Amino acid sequence: MTTSLAGGSAAAALSVDHLTKRFGDRLAFDDVSFEVGKGEVFGFLGPNGAGKTTTVRTLGTLIAPTSGSAMVAGIPLAAENGVEIRRRISIMPESPGLYLRLTVVENLECFADLYEVPDAKDRIGRCLQAVNLADRANDPCGTLSKGLRQRVALARALLSEPEILFLDEPTSGLDPVATRDVHELLLGLRQRGVTIFLTTHRLEEAERICDRVAILSTTLRMIGRPDELRDQLFARSVTVRTRLPLAEPDGVFAGLEAVEGWRLDGPATYVLNVTDPAVAAPVVTRALVAADADVLSINESHHSLEDAYLELIDTDVEATPR
Amino acid sequence: MSLSTRRIRAITRKELREYRRKKSVIVTTAVFPLIFLVQPLAIVFVAPSSSADTLGQFHLLLYMLAIPAMVPAYLAAYSVVGEREQGTLEPILTTPVGREEFLLGKALAALLPSVVIAYLVYAFFLACVALFAQVAVASAIVRPSDILAQVVFTPLLACWSIWVGTAISTRTGDARVAQQLGLLGSLPAVLMTSLIAFNVIPVSLGLGIGLGVLLLVLDGGGWRIVSALFDRERLVTGSGS
Repeated sequence: MTTSLAGGSAAAALSVDHLTKRFGDRLAFDDVSFEVGKGEVFGFLGPNGAGKTTTVRTLGTLIAPTSGSAMVAGIPLAAENGVEIRRRISIMPESPGLYLRLTVVENLECFADLYEVPDAKDRIGRCLQAVNLADRANDPCGTLSKGLRQRVALARALLSEPEILFLDEPTSGLDPVATRDVHELLLGLRQRGVTIFLTTHRLEEAERICDRVAILSTTLRMIGRPDELRDQLFARSVTVRTRLPLAEPDGVFAGLEAVEGWRLDGPATYVLNVTDPAVAAPVVTRALVAADADVLSINESHHSLEDAYLELIDTDVEATPR
Repeated sequence: MSLSTRRIRAITRKELREYRRKKSVIVTTAVFPLIFLVQPLAIVFVAPSSSADTLGQFHLLLYMLAIPAMVPAYLAAYSVVGEREQGTLEPILTTPVGREEFLLGKALAALLPSVVIAYLVYAFFLACVALFAQVAVASAIVRPSDILAQVVFTPLLACWSIWVGTAISTRTGDARVAQQLGLLGSLPAVLMTSLIAFNVIPVSLGLGIGLGVLLLVLDGGGWRIVSALFDRERLVTGSGS
């Protein structure tokens, strides 16, 4: 499993080395190592209780690691560097955590002052525009819907123009249009060089906007580009559907170039394990035509990131002693 | 350790804005002063001139020092655990704010309204004495030394109550429990002021200076102790580091 970047640590916004956090006898996460490049959107996936939030809290200097080390925005993770690290990062927790009796602007004013943002009024205005909330600036946060509160929290996270933005389920509770807007906002931030560490349960979200993803289940199970994870977990395959079942499928598929084996997946559906779908597909087509089969379709089998995630997590569940 | 006045001010301003919009805070900060104002006011209105000698043995003004002992304790006891309960503690702790800045901001927010309310109550009481009390009663109640003690000890007592309340708030998991414990924590100060007011502990210049110095030391030490008790990890996760 490759956890480092192609460019090495020099390009890393975040570098985590054998980090472990234990609460008494309970292990939150164990021996986690990875790097996140500057300007990268990094997805951090895992089931509930996998240690994702604890990892973010550790990297955000809210809690101290039990062992291991890390560099956050170029600064060693240590209690004495807490203020300096927190100056350079921003964390949006899963729960917006807004002061509900205060207005949107009053919430943002407080945080702008805590980050000692210069020209705070202007920055607040820009952040509210970025999340399409300028017209609700003077509304008390308690009167906003869950989705709008989420957007206020996102605006708050953008106030300090952080080098690294940690987002815990940023689109939770948002409607599809607002979700799309947030995704566009995040991709815009990436273009400006902001590193985004995205914790999410929405796998299609991770697949859509993340450059790389890591799957955590106390230990780091996998890390890489979404397509790499799929390739690592699933044998590449081609699915063939014919109008009628083949009389002798073994005679058709055996010995074909790039085809390593086959299995029946329905009355007239065959899944072929292949080394390279681009090579195998025309070869299989010719063999089927030669066998006088009525071919309905020949497709490369696709697995989503969700398939990969479930495959990994199910393996973990099965391996867990009861 | 360098402190940012902007960050301290941000916490204080946020707290004061929340106080203004929170009914329970407004009611509490009004009720406690009323409780400690009723008895002295009753004396002002009903005491005949002949009771002046008896009243002269007491220090009625000092009885009202219970106000700065109780009101800030109630406010401070909510300050940390309240943020934790409403889910706002974690976002604020992810900012560069240091724990000393956070606690100072919170303390100032509890101190300012408590001291202002206490001084307003004293002023109201003195006005009532001047307007409605018999002359002999008024001269028995209003003594410059008592007024001076009230002015000096109000912020000192309030600070002490704030650090007691905040210490409880950092170590308690429930806001209501914290506020009840905060009020309990303020009782020794209330008892002390009552004993002095009713002349059980005789007032003297030495006692005043001694108590003043003691409170100054406790107030300074309280901030340090509460800062040490403020454990980000435990507050965020509920587990100790």
